[in-house]
Amino acid sequence: MTEYQNIFTRVQIRGPLHAGPPVSGSIFQREGKPFYSYLMGIIGNAQVGPLYLGSLGVASLISGFIAIEIIGLNMWASVGWNPILFIRDLPWLALEPPAPANGLRIPPLNQGGWWLMAGFFLTAAMVLWFFRMYRRARQLGLGTHMAWAWGAAIWLYFVLGFLRPLLMGSWGEAPPFGIFPHLDWTVSFSLRYGNLYYDPFHMLSIVFLYGSVLLFAMHAATILAVSRFGGEKEVEQSVDRGTASERAALFWRWTMGFNATMESIHRWAWWFAVLTPLTGGIGILLTGTVTDNWFLWAVKHGVAPHYAPIYSHAVDPATLQGGKP
Amino acid sequence: MAMLTFEKKYRVPGGTLLGGDLFDYWVGPFYVGFFGVTAAFFSILGTALIIYGASQGTTWNIWQINIVPPDVSYGLGFAPLAKGGLWQVITICALGAFVSWALREVEISRKLGIGLHVPFAFSFAIFAYFSLEVIRPILMGAWGVAFPYGIMSHLDWVSNTGYQYLNFEYNPAHMIAVTLFFTTTFALALHGSLVLSALNPAQGEDVKTAEHEDTFFRDFIGYSIGTLGIHRLGLFLALAAVFFSAVCIIISGPFWTAGWPEWWSWWLNMPIWSGAH
Repeated sequence: MTEYQNIFTRVQIRGPLHAGPPVSGSIFQREGKPFYSYLMGIIGNAQVGPLYLGSLGVASLISGFIAIEIIGLNMWASVGWNPILFIRDLPWLALEPPAPANGLRIPPLNQGGWWLMAGFFLTAAMVLWFFRMYRRARQLGLGTHMAWAWGAAIWLYFVLGFLRPLLMGSWGEAPPFGIFPHLDWTVSFSLRYGNLYYDPFHMLSIVFLYGSVLLFAMHAATILAVSRFGGEKEVEQSVDRGTASERAALFWRWTMGFNATMESIHRWAWWFAVLTPLTGGIGILLTGTVTDNWFLWAVKHGVAPHYAPIYSHAVDPATLQGGKP
Repeated sequence: MAMLTFEKKYRVPGGTLLGGDLFDYWVGPFYVGFFGVTAAFFSILGTALIIYGASQGTTWNIWQINIVPPDVSYGLGFAPLAKGGLWQVITICALGAFVSWALREVEISRKLGIGLHVPFAFSFAIFAYFSLEVIRPILMGAWGVAFPYGIMSHLDWVSNTGYQYLNFEYNPAHMIAVTLFFTTTFALALHGSLVLSALNPAQGEDVKTAEHEDTFFRDFIGYSIGTLGIHRLGLFLALAAVFFSAVCIIISGPFWTAGWPEWWSWWLNMPIWSGAH
């Protein structure tokens, strides 16, 4: 009964460290001397490093650092530069976008200008990171799948912070930077537009989010289960099917009548993960621009039941909104 | 016969937990086994009861079909079929089907000589369902607090239950669970991308190896967890996400009845801040 299930690596092997193929066509080289970490070796590879930064990596990190600095210093300023209050209140502190009355104008720094600047540098960091992924993959002769998956995440961020505010005509529509404040924004956003649960693209996004977690659990568990036959060598198993691949396929075929292959499971994985922010971004983009109340939308289309009104007639908050042009 | 080219040699008897070789056979691609029979029994009965429940309801609209648990006035007792009893029987059927499915996965794993990771992982999903429909209702003293069976009605339940605690996103276990859900999806994107990029390289290039995958990730973030490690990490992230989801709902009601934003006042009330003013 107590069989070895390959949850930890029991024997760690120490050979020569891998430097990786030489970097060509770049003035930068890999940074740092690689070393072995026993703790890392328990669950994964023991080798840590080296790292390739390159010009795109450095530019991306600098942009990200500037964004974090703007956010952090604004939060610190908001508690009068008191270091203890800064730590105590940190989860509640925010860098808020410009007020709705500013529309799409660039306001003074302390009235949302810093927010615009932080958003710009964070976006720059993410876009530079995209090109870094793309170039790293190409220089090693790999496909560029990861860069495009990252593009899906950029899309969601871009919709929330730029595209939707642009269509709504006000930077004030965008979420703030801050831990609790961005959660508050999410809840108010959902309530303001008639509960996002009724947004069909929100539904799809949740399906893909849960589906991704389900897929990773299924896939990772399957590979670990056949790791006694070398199943974790997925590339080799894809081009030259071995018994690990066959048993993994048959497990699901016998369980649910259908199986992926060693390669196709990664296509399922890629699409489920990528469609999560892709559909989520569409759901956000349509909210307030195309649809003003997702509950009423759902009632109109027969998705949600119609309830007889028990309170007096409510005023549509959209008619009271000051920020809309 | 619906068999893959290599399948025949794997179709061997044995590995069953119960029933010996009585149900040790396949129907089409499906393995049967004792637990296949019980899974079919519970799922067919449960589905039939849902359809029957829908026929007694007000609509056949797929979005709006709703089978509700008993009113809270029934406490933890049985309710008449039309007043939540149907929900109770369907819940028993669901649990019977889920547990049968997990045990059938154990039998298939044993037959194939592979590890038991998949049924172990599936048991976390069963635990999450069990937490919502059984553990929390028992702790709160009424089946009525469980979620109803219906596409929109269960979303309404999630929404309403969340707002009972003012803002559920302040629930610390919910925060951990959401973070893990996003992290798992992120890791899945990275893993899927990496394998596909090695198998589908640039035009004219040869298929790449695990050494290229490792080099890519070391160049990228300074560390590559490796082909085995990523599956350990992925399984851990996914199961932790499900586990903390179960925790976040079990503590809501039985162990915390106020709004979740209020929970964080312990942080503000710590004596270490006294020098701040």
